[in-house]
Amino acid sequence: MSTHQLPEHPDFLWRNPEPKSSYDAVIVGGGGHGLATAYFLAKNHGMTNIAVLEKGWLAGGNMARNTTIIRSNYLWDESAAIYEHALKLWEILPEELEYDFLFSQRGVMNLAHTLGDVRESMRRVGANKLNGVDAEWLDPKQVKELCPILNISDNIRYPVMGATYQPRAGIAKHDHVAWAFARKCDEMGVDIIQNCEVTGFVKDGNRVVGVKTNRGTINTEKVGLAAAGHSSVLAEMAGFRLPIQSHPLQALVSELHEPVHPTVVMSNHVHVYVSQAHKGELVMGAGVDSYNGYGQRGSFHVIEHQMAAAVELFPIFARAHVLRTWGGIVDTTLDASPILGTTPVENMFVNCGWGTGGFKATPGAGFAFAHTIATGTPHKLNQPFSLERFETGALIDEHGAAAVAH
Amino acid sequence: MLLISCPNCGSRDETEFHYGGQAHVPYPENPNELTDRQWAEYLFYRDNTKGTFAERWNHSTGCRQWFNMLRDTVTYEIQAVYPMGTPRPDSAGKTTADTGTASTAADSTTTGTAAPSLSSTSTTAPEGATK
Repeated sequence: MSTHQLPEHPDFLWRNPEPKSSYDAVIVGGGGHGLATAYFLAKNHGMTNIAVLEKGWLAGGNMARNTTIIRSNYLWDESAAIYEHALKLWEILPEELEYDFLFSQRGVMNLAHTLGDVRESMRRVGANKLNGVDAEWLDPKQVKELCPILNISDNIRYPVMGATYQPRAGIAKHDHVAWAFARKCDEMGVDIIQNCEVTGFVKDGNRVVGVKTNRGTINTEKVGLAAAGHSSVLAEMAGFRLPIQSHPLQALVSELHEPVHPTVVMSNHVHVYVSQAHKGELVMGAGVDSYNGYGQRGSFHVIEHQMAAAVELFPIFARAHVLRTWGGIVDTTLDASPILGTTPVENMFVNCGWGTGGFKATPGAGFAFAHTIATGTPHKLNQPFSLERFETGALIDEHGAAAVAH
Repeated sequence: MLLISCPNCGSRDETEFHYGGQAHVPYPENPNELTDRQWAEYLFYRDNTKGTFAERWNHSTGCRQWFNMLRDTVTYEIQAVYPMGTPRPDSAGKTTADTGTASTAADSTTTGTAAPSLSSTSTTAPEGATK
């Protein structure tokens, strides 16, 4: 556990400009992905006459609501490539952005509770190693050594039979990540425009030429959608559909505690994922609510279910008090993989479908999406994650590694 | 926790139900004639409405019957419950939002032709219910 102090609360890190009448590109969505995209558009592609439009406040959607877990131990080559690219960027970004957002590589464990889990996990460790992703298989004793508060006895309903472990994985301070990107974007001339809701698009034939907002119409040559749970709403405005279903996903934190939890533990089977924030809260995530929802809240029985799993795995949590719970809206696809690429509308690009696991991908998604927007064609990292895969059948089924059931 | 009014069993906790996604998505009439694009639409594309949404639910730990529901996906308010196979009621005609129980009197288990009624606030089992 890091004894690192949080940075001083920053002064103003970016301007709050009025929208200009036109930009070379407009990113819709001022969350982590939108900001990372703008950053890489400016840095890698020299596009600085661009704007990020955010309907609320900067990074107030899923960027403010996730459980901050970063890892790249996905099964398939396509996923491993983009998530590992993201992890490598996480490793250099604090220096590059000149902002210590407390990226802590404390490792992530994915527990196995059934024979099926064990086989799937070992297969994934093998696949990870072949893809250059650090991965180990731990037996229950090794699990206990790494995380002494875990209950590995066999008198619980789903005993721990082992775990995969990625040592380079970890957590970061999500708000500071957004602020770090925002500051650098601003320095390079990107306009970050908050309280600016997109209400429609201007099209010339099938080509997008502008964005209608509650603060006027903005002309632009290119539009990138990075609006997570609201992607379908934007796509409908633009005249196309996305194979996305939006669900509430809930998480919670406990009151502050002494450092007790040295790593990150996730369990697909009993369905909870836990880490301890730098300040000391236990941060726990739940599964999605089954129904479609845009309400940024879910049903309480989902939290009860998650807490039951947490207390069985971590008996010392039984006396911890919940400080607060919240929900975000996650954009799920049927193969638990994102959609990142071109759309049926010319010059409009989409980055969505990250579902329950978008935070970890923030820099990788921004990197690839920026390339896609700047050049008009996907980067090789996001080529497989095209919208067309639902027609060709080349799905990338990551339900095993996504860790939260969709 | 939603309080859902099963047309057969009355108001029960959401935990007794299983979600079935968007309602009124028919199986393609001529599957052999579909293009890949049309198959993709049928298999993977569903409406993701922000607002009133027609969706299927199954009372999986009760009567095990399917039914349709109109629900607002922002407020989660249940606006109507109506049988599978009947057309979507006009959501503007919602009447019983306070209880979330707009059961219909139609047969809930078949593709009957009875038009759904939104005026009923009854939560008792309709005629034709099997249990």
